[in-house]
Amino acid sequence: MSLSEQQVTQIAYLARLSLSAAELQDNTKDLNAILGLAEQLGTINTDGIEPMAHPLHMTQRLRADVVSEHDQSDLFQSIAPKTGNKHYLVPTVIE
Amino acid sequence: MHKKTIAELAQGLKDKEFSSVEITQHYLDRIKRSDLNAFITVTDELAMSQAQAADEKIAAGSANILTGIPYAHKDIFCTQGVKTSAGSKMLDNFISPYDATVSHQLNQADTVMLGKANMDEFAMGSSNENSFYGAVKNPWNADKIPGGSSGGSAAAVAGGLSCFATGTDTGGSIRQPASLCGITGLKPTYGRVSRYGMIAYASSLDQAGPMTKTAQDAAIVLNVMAGFDEKDSTSAEQAVPDYTANLNDSIKGLTIGLPKEFFSEGLDDEVATQVMNAVKEFEAMGAIVKEISLPNSAYAIPTYYIVAPCECSSNLSRLDGVRYGYRCDNPKNLEDLYLRSRSEAFGAEVKRRIMIGAYALSAGYYDAYYLKAQKTRHLISEDFKKAFGEVDVIMGPVSPTTAFDLGSVKDPVSMYLADIYTLSANLAGLPGMSIPAGFSDKLPVGLQLIGNYWSESKLLNIAHQFQQQTDWHQQMPQED
Repeated sequence: MSLSEQQVTQIAYLARLSLSAAELQDNTKDLNAILGLAEQLGTINTDGIEPMAHPLHMTQRLRADVVSEHDQSDLFQSIAPKTGNKHYLVPTVIE
Repeated sequence: MHKKTIAELAQGLKDKEFSSVEITQHYLDRIKRSDLNAFITVTDELAMSQAQAADEKIAAGSANILTGIPYAHKDIFCTQGVKTSAGSKMLDNFISPYDATVSHQLNQADTVMLGKANMDEFAMGSSNENSFYGAVKNPWNADKIPGGSSGGSAAAVAGGLSCFATGTDTGGSIRQPASLCGITGLKPTYGRVSRYGMIAYASSLDQAGPMTKTAQDAAIVLNVMAGFDEKDSTSAEQAVPDYTANLNDSIKGLTIGLPKEFFSEGLDDEVATQVMNAVKEFEAMGAIVKEISLPNSAYAIPTYYIVAPCECSSNLSRLDGVRYGYRCDNPKNLEDLYLRSRSEAFGAEVKRRIMIGAYALSAGYYDAYYLKAQKTRHLISEDFKKAFGEVDVIMGPVSPTTAFDLGSVKDPVSMYLADIYTLSANLAGLPGMSIPAGFSDKLPVGLQLIGNYWSESKLLNIAHQFQQQTDWHQQMPQED
């Protein structure tokens, strides 16, 4: 299959990216080339094969449900673009 | 001084031939004079204070082998109070409030951090041309790429700008630049080294490792980096051996597997010759060579370029201009803030991979791409399992060519082919190494070793024995 510029615009939007006209053209070409490469996978028979999400087939370790971190919000917020009253400030969403 | 290995510098420090302050100053002077663009941040003051503290420890008799040894730290590892950019405009203003576990371990070992090494943005690249801070140059030829994404780390070690360096390898990013710059690079088994505080690209593939002049040095550094970390949920609870203990074991009777798929069309003739000469060297040392097949390795590139972008699209979604990192000027509303912050701060390759991931994970395409790739990944892993039933180690080229010209590869698919021999080990989670094995047209050629899970000791032993018989690892680029 081949992606159109309209579809690439939609994918970019889903990824919260915006593309200029030149970027859109380049990305449409590149994304189609990469997906063309991925289409090789369609030639392999994977019937009955388990997907491999983790190279060591490990299960996620769980920790005890106890508080292990102390409050470092001031430290972490010191690198934020904008904060106030211990909150991260962002532009207005609803006018 | 910059030609000495960790082992040699440690001995010199012990014998009071020089101090850590002198070594550190020597490296800082070389960094200042260098035009390789190997560093994003040089931490002069911190380095000198760490060197002074190291000299005090040496004088007090409480030093370890890494005390006072200067290194370059890939800018993907968080370092408290020091900029950690991951090669991206997105994190150009990011001063990490905490240390990555690897940073902490190296600090605990009294090493001296010279600075943060340049890298492809968020570790996405095979040439180190994707950094916001500009391309890194290969110390052997300034018109050539050093390899990526740990290109700054490799160039720093090869160019005599640091004694060793840290790197990370998601699809070959330690082994490929090590090969193209003529140094030793080790990607450990997935889960061997903590990923905590290492800015995530593709979480099921990323693994940190040492980049050094020799296998012996790699063993010394891995002794510090390896180990279980409860802060990293992907860290393996596996005992850590002393990696320097078995370096001198005989490799007589070692069975080497040569995958026929690694020597097919696309491999440069001279690279193939150098790799085969290295294999013959092993035969002369008593190893037995056997042809093997990894039939699904041909699918490693499409598998990787689905799996890694899917994971990257998820990992990089946290970078939205809200809590840290770049924020666009005067956003109109929240959506504008997300769109413009991400669009203005991410580079072209990062955007491309985020979009591939977003598409491959979207409703209707998940089964055809992501699920299919994860199943193929299983087949690739099974090929290795079968191969390690027959051989002790797999050998082959690291990269199909030597370092290519800066700016010469324009389209992404051609660039992805540079990873053709390294990706399979990441997909399976196996350890791999690159060691210097010769030259082609005055550019280094690396030999790749792939071992079974947790066989880092064996790989280091094999590499060390090779380096006892050859002097490729001792070659350094000529300086003006």
